[in-house]
Amino acid sequence: MKIVFIIIRKEFKQIFRNKAMLPIIFVLPLLQLIILSNAATYEVDNIQVAYIDYDKSLSSRKLIEHIKGSSYFENPVYFESPALAEEAILKDKVDLVLEIPNHFEKDIQNASHPRVAVRINAIDGATAGVQNVYIQKIISNFNKTIQLESYNPAQQSLNYSSIESVTSFWYNQNLNYKTLMVPGILVLIITMLTLFLSSMNIVREKEIGTLEQINVTPIKKWQFIVGKLFPFWMIGLVLLSIGLLIAKLVFNTPMLGSTLLIYAYTSLYLLVILGMGLFISNFTDTQQQAMFIAWFFVVIFILMSGLFTPIESMPVWAQNLTQLNPVAYFVEIMRMIMLKGSTFKDTGVIFMKTFIYALVMNFLAVWSYQKKN
Amino acid sequence: METTIKATNLTKSFGDFTAVDKLNFEVKKGEIFGFLGANGAGKTTAMKMLIGISKPTAGDAVVADYKVSTQADLVKKNIGYMSQKFALYDDLNIKENIQFFGGIYGLNAKLIQQKYQQVVDNLGLENYVKQLVKSLPLGLKQKLAFSVALLHQPKVVFLDEPTGGVDPITRRQFWELIYEAADRGTTIFVTTHYMDEAEYCDRISMMVDGKIKALDTSKALKKEFGAETLNEVFLKLAR
Repeated sequence: MKIVFIIIRKEFKQIFRNKAMLPIIFVLPLLQLIILSNAATYEVDNIQVAYIDYDKSLSSRKLIEHIKGSSYFENPVYFESPALAEEAILKDKVDLVLEIPNHFEKDIQNASHPRVAVRINAIDGATAGVQNVYIQKIISNFNKTIQLESYNPAQQSLNYSSIESVTSFWYNQNLNYKTLMVPGILVLIITMLTLFLSSMNIVREKEIGTLEQINVTPIKKWQFIVGKLFPFWMIGLVLLSIGLLIAKLVFNTPMLGSTLLIYAYTSLYLLVILGMGLFISNFTDTQQQAMFIAWFFVVIFILMSGLFTPIESMPVWAQNLTQLNPVAYFVEIMRMIMLKGSTFKDTGVIFMKTFIYALVMNFLAVWSYQKKN
Repeated sequence: METTIKATNLTKSFGDFTAVDKLNFEVKKGEIFGFLGANGAGKTTAMKMLIGISKPTAGDAVVADYKVSTQADLVKKNIGYMSQKFALYDDLNIKENIQFFGGIYGLNAKLIQQKYQQVVDNLGLENYVKQLVKSLPLGLKQKLAFSVALLHQPKVVFLDEPTGGVDPITRRQFWELIYEAADRGTTIFVTTHYMDEAEYCDRISMMVDGKIKALDTSKALKKEFGAETLNEVFLKLAR
């Protein structure tokens, strides 16, 4: 144990002596948390609408007024012809074009199926879908208004009954995307930092030649690995603490579950990541190689974590792959505990999987850290 | 005289290639043993086996009373090693390096403090104690690395080209440190490419293609090969 302590003491001295690394470890990640949580959003708003009005009637103006009244749309811009509007789409100045044909008002008055054309830039299909929902909603609202205005008790046929659904949003009642993103981005930051630091650590000693010196000393494999892991494990937990504090103070993210449970899980999770880092460093000779391999995994982990795209909508093979993605577990468990107030009972399976993962990863790390040759 | 290193048919092969081929030699306690050979002759491979970080394919060696094949951990406890790369921690100061390396060999705090003071006094490092080791001149770094390799009073110290890139004066001073250690009974096993340094050794072995082709005192070797200098002996052998 004493030898482990001596190694840890040396590691901490080296970490805190490196004045260039300290801000990289503690300040940059928190800046990332604040910036990304504010910027990475699923919300679709600031939609640019162009309209072409051939009718130039009271009704067409009313429809445009409805769009102006919506918070999702910018003020609609008038275009003379569809060709000009299309040009604006090509230049990315406009997301959606509404075309109101001749006789629009007349058709409404005659109740002979008035039509408008909506064209949406659907390069990003998901966004286009949401924009479509918004515009449909506005048009149907407009419909209701004109029906009320032209309501004539004699025409009973207009008075059809309709089913209205009332939706309630659970766990994130205000549909606040920051509430969703903050725990996830915190997970990414902790993962990236601890993986990079640990994967480059042993390689660094290889590069400068001290590892050979260590190998000639009576230090045992497990002592060396534990001594190397522990400082980064601590740094991971410190980052978690600062991150949770920022989540509370800056973003007012709810914490419905137990903070202790989050710490318990993170402690376990960090063992997976650090084991992975040491494993990488055992198979590389330079910090550059280690960095690239760590990046390779981090990018996959992040994009398949369920943070930016739901795991449920991935193809089945990809869903199976996410079983091996520790970040996916961490993102899930953070959301469960912080936003839903899940308990150990609810999260037990993930705990168990992470535990096994940590066991396997660290076994591989110790096994591959070969003192001989 | 006591024997500190005894190699018996020590062999290492990588596939079909035999890097070290049946080495047999003995090194006595307190002896300065020069281990010479051209690049690629197998010196480093042989040394790696002797310091317990590479297992022999065949044969064995007893170093400081323990077998390198089965008791590598005990061998490591009883030897010191200094590589050709400077292998102290650049970003720690002298005291922190001594605390670390002393600590992992199990020296207690009091002894470490004592050793630290001794090293600083011996090498005249008073002006450098507050600095990180990276700012020390190369010569001082090498002397410090040698002193650190001796901290735990090993029975034998392995030096792998310890004076590469060091000026002649500092090399001379370095060798004085080696003599002092040998006088205290520490066995010195040293590789070098400098023939003047080889002259300082009690006995010299010359390795060619994985085998020891010559082993004797400098004087005897020159006589045996009818050469004026060790350099000539080396050139005759290595060709």
